[in-house]
Amino acid sequence: MKKQKLRRSMLFVPGSNTGMVCNAFIYKPDTVMFDLEDSVALAEKDTARLMVFHALQHFTYKNIETAVRVNPLDTPFGLLDLEAVIRGGADIIRLPKTDTVDDVLEMEQEIAHIENKIGREKKTMMLAAIESALGVVNAVDIARSSKRLMGIALGAEDFVRDLHTQRTKEGHELMAARNQILLAARAAKIGAFDSIFSDIKDKEGFMHEVAYIKGLGFDGKSLINPTQIPWLHKAFEPTPKDINWAREVIEAAKDATIRGLGAVSLNGKMVDAPIVARAEWIIELARASGVLGEEA
Amino acid sequence: MKNFDKSINTQALTPIGAPVFTCKEKCKGQERDAKLCESIEESIRRSGLRDGMTISFHHAFRGGDLILNRVMDIIAKMGFKDLTLASSSLASVHDPVIEHIKSGVVTQIYTSGLRSKLGEAISKGLMEKPVQIHSHGGRVHLLQSGELSIDVAFLGVPVCDRFGNANGHSGRSKCGSLGYAMMDAQYAKYVVVLTEALEEYPNVPASLHQDQVDAVVLVDEVGDPAKIGAGETRMTTNPKELMLARLTTKIIEHSGLFKEGFSVQTGTGGASLATTVFLSEKMEEQNIKASFGLGGITGTMVYMLKRGLVKKLLDVQSFDEFAAKSLGENKDHIEISANEYANPSSKGAAIKQLDIVVLSALEVDVDFNVNVITGSKGLLRGASGGHSDTAAEAKLSIIVAPLTRGRIPTVTKRVNTIVTPGSTVDVVVTDQGIAVNPKHAELKARLKKAGLEIVEMQELYERAIALCGEPQNIAYTDKVVAVIRYRDGSIIDVVRQLA
Amino acid sequence: MSKKVEPAHAGTLESSDLFVRVVPCECEGVEIELESSVYEIYADAIKATILESANALKATGIKIMVQDKGALDYVIKARVEAAILRAYGINEPDWSVL
Repeated sequence: MKKQKLRRSMLFVPGSNTGMVCNAFIYKPDTVMFDLEDSVALAEKDTARLMVFHALQHFTYKNIETAVRVNPLDTPFGLLDLEAVIRGGADIIRLPKTDTVDDVLEMEQEIAHIENKIGREKKTMMLAAIESALGVVNAVDIARSSKRLMGIALGAEDFVRDLHTQRTKEGHELMAARNQILLAARAAKIGAFDSIFSDIKDKEGFMHEVAYIKGLGFDGKSLINPTQIPWLHKAFEPTPKDINWAREVIEAAKDATIRGLGAVSLNGKMVDAPIVARAEWIIELARASGVLGEEA
Repeated sequence: MKNFDKSINTQALTPIGAPVFTCKEKCKGQERDAKLCESIEESIRRSGLRDGMTISFHHAFRGGDLILNRVMDIIAKMGFKDLTLASSSLASVHDPVIEHIKSGVVTQIYTSGLRSKLGEAISKGLMEKPVQIHSHGGRVHLLQSGELSIDVAFLGVPVCDRFGNANGHSGRSKCGSLGYAMMDAQYAKYVVVLTEALEEYPNVPASLHQDQVDAVVLVDEVGDPAKIGAGETRMTTNPKELMLARLTTKIIEHSGLFKEGFSVQTGTGGASLATTVFLSEKMEEQNIKASFGLGGITGTMVYMLKRGLVKKLLDVQSFDEFAAKSLGENKDHIEISANEYANPSSKGAAIKQLDIVVLSALEVDVDFNVNVITGSKGLLRGASGGHSDTAAEAKLSIIVAPLTRGRIPTVTKRVNTIVTPGSTVDVVVTDQGIAVNPKHAELKARLKKAGLEIVEMQELYERAIALCGEPQNIAYTDKVVAVIRYRDGSIIDVVRQLA
Repeated sequence: MSKKVEPAHAGTLESSDLFVRVVPCECEGVEIELESSVYEIYADAIKATILESANALKATGIKIMVQDKGALDYVIKARVEAAILRAYGINEPDWSVL
């Protein structure tokens, strides 16, 4: 089974905010997501693009996954952004406002074109943000439209406007979109990412929402403030019981391999491959959460 | 009087009626308010201050202090010269001292801290004689060893009675603990208390006592309550400070010292306050109580006391109004003197019972030496404080600092100035890695096992330089502008004049 | 570059950032005027970075005035390049030289 990268936290970093750009890596989100779109004023599109272009190449972003939310291709900035950040070495392009499969294919084509032009070998991944009713309806097709897609994400702020409503603490207005996006992502075997939680002072509300989306099955969430990272990671932290179980499964699997047994069993029960993969995932999560130490 | 055989008086005692000793003031039948002076001038005249003497102040009012400048102006106007100024510390508010140095009123300084324009002027060669920088514990040692001999102490307090009984936890300009002033009251030859309010006698319990005080002056104000607090008292929202606090808390939790009855000292500043808060959460979670909290006491420490998480607070300096108020109200919040706090030659300094101290730094070097006195440009802009005292005595000293401040590296190859020797520093926590002093292999293993990533100090240094670049050397002259005295009085480093 | 230069600026005066102004000047090459919060320890490094960016864009006949608030090298590059590109009115730079 292909090893999946941990993407619990995707931290938005406005490309026009120098302090944030210079510091975001410190907080160790699973993915840093530089933004050139909504958080950047029209007059600063060029300076933010240059800032992100250089940040992507800086050593502080070499050991962390980087994504960039570019401006839509139908704006004067979209293509300029794309060339700059692919040259800069971004791992993922986040497509804003993905309504249809064509939006994905068009972006894929432009990315491929730039990669060819500059001779970049590593394929740039894509993350489609779904931010409209149309996008949610098309989510299943969108999720399956490109091999470059590593996931789809809900952009709730624009979505609720499109629905003629607003966000609430309970989040009923997002119920359909969340379920649809999650199903579409799982059907296509790609990641599913939840929207931001904007009240950075409301830890309780944030934790409540995280528990909910984690329960639904989301891989992670976009964040707007580094303060939320430890909270989020805490919520995703496996329990000691989970960790013990995972260790036992892995031990049993190792044991079976050594003894040349085809089937793995633990306490008399058969353990199949997805369960072993799940156990390995828990151990990785535990390590990333800092609850699993290095044995001295 | 009965007649007695004079031969029994082998010690040549004086019979009753003959003069035995002379009071500074008349004793018997003296006016009940004889210590009261009409003005600061009068107290100075009565003190017998002369050129060349040593005068002292305390720094419990920090940036809100209104006494030092006022008394110095009067002393200058009265024409005194060549004085040694021995304030327990100096804050930015004391920049006017520059003028008194220029005019020859002050020719020598003993202090824990130097900042702002005064620090800059001295760094650039304002004084002939180098400033003596001491730690809080080291100052008491200098007083006891006799090197620092105070002729007249001018001690501002919010309330005092006519006989000299004073405290810092009531009145308008509350400063809380008078732990540093207590030393001046004990050791100065003449003690003037300047008070904002005159209470009825006896104003007890008192921090400065009637048998220590020579003169009392009522003044309209001694401090600016808005500026007495040492910075932020609310929980920080700065994510970097929160991260440092979270790491520090985790280190404490897994240090092996985090158990029932442990003791802790934290300071001011966002990361330190947040550490206290996170530590409280851990203590509640694991049902662990601390035996005491020490040092400069903050509102968050008071919160721990109120929640029963810490049993006693030993307070040499109250960092905010919550601490100052609590000192007067809570019987488990105890005022201690600088001698009880940190003097290395004291019969009993509380730091010798301390488990964990959390400290800050302007610079730390690859050998764990810490600088808290000079900035990146070589200017005097900090304070020795209790840094070297607590680092030396606590079982675990943790230095918490960002790896860089903007483009200024905190971790360096060699600190500009050593205040605290690396041999007394156990852990350095930065936002980009934690280093453990190589002499603590067991602690290092413990922390790694807890899931903390531990790196070498050299790696932190290299990372800081990769971010900022290798700084250009600062140009100094040969002239020494400040001598850094270690807590035992020895010279640990010097600061030279900027070229 | 031989295009006409218009006065332009980029960046901010926030901590860790810098404010860059570019104006045409009657000079050979590039003239640099630097104020910095870390001048004493990094003036040479900062000037070298500014010059490197100006040279990458083949800028000449300009004066670059920088007010630096302790920015890292790559931030300096991004801001100086932005100001120069604005001064020359270039929207689509040659990324391969930056």
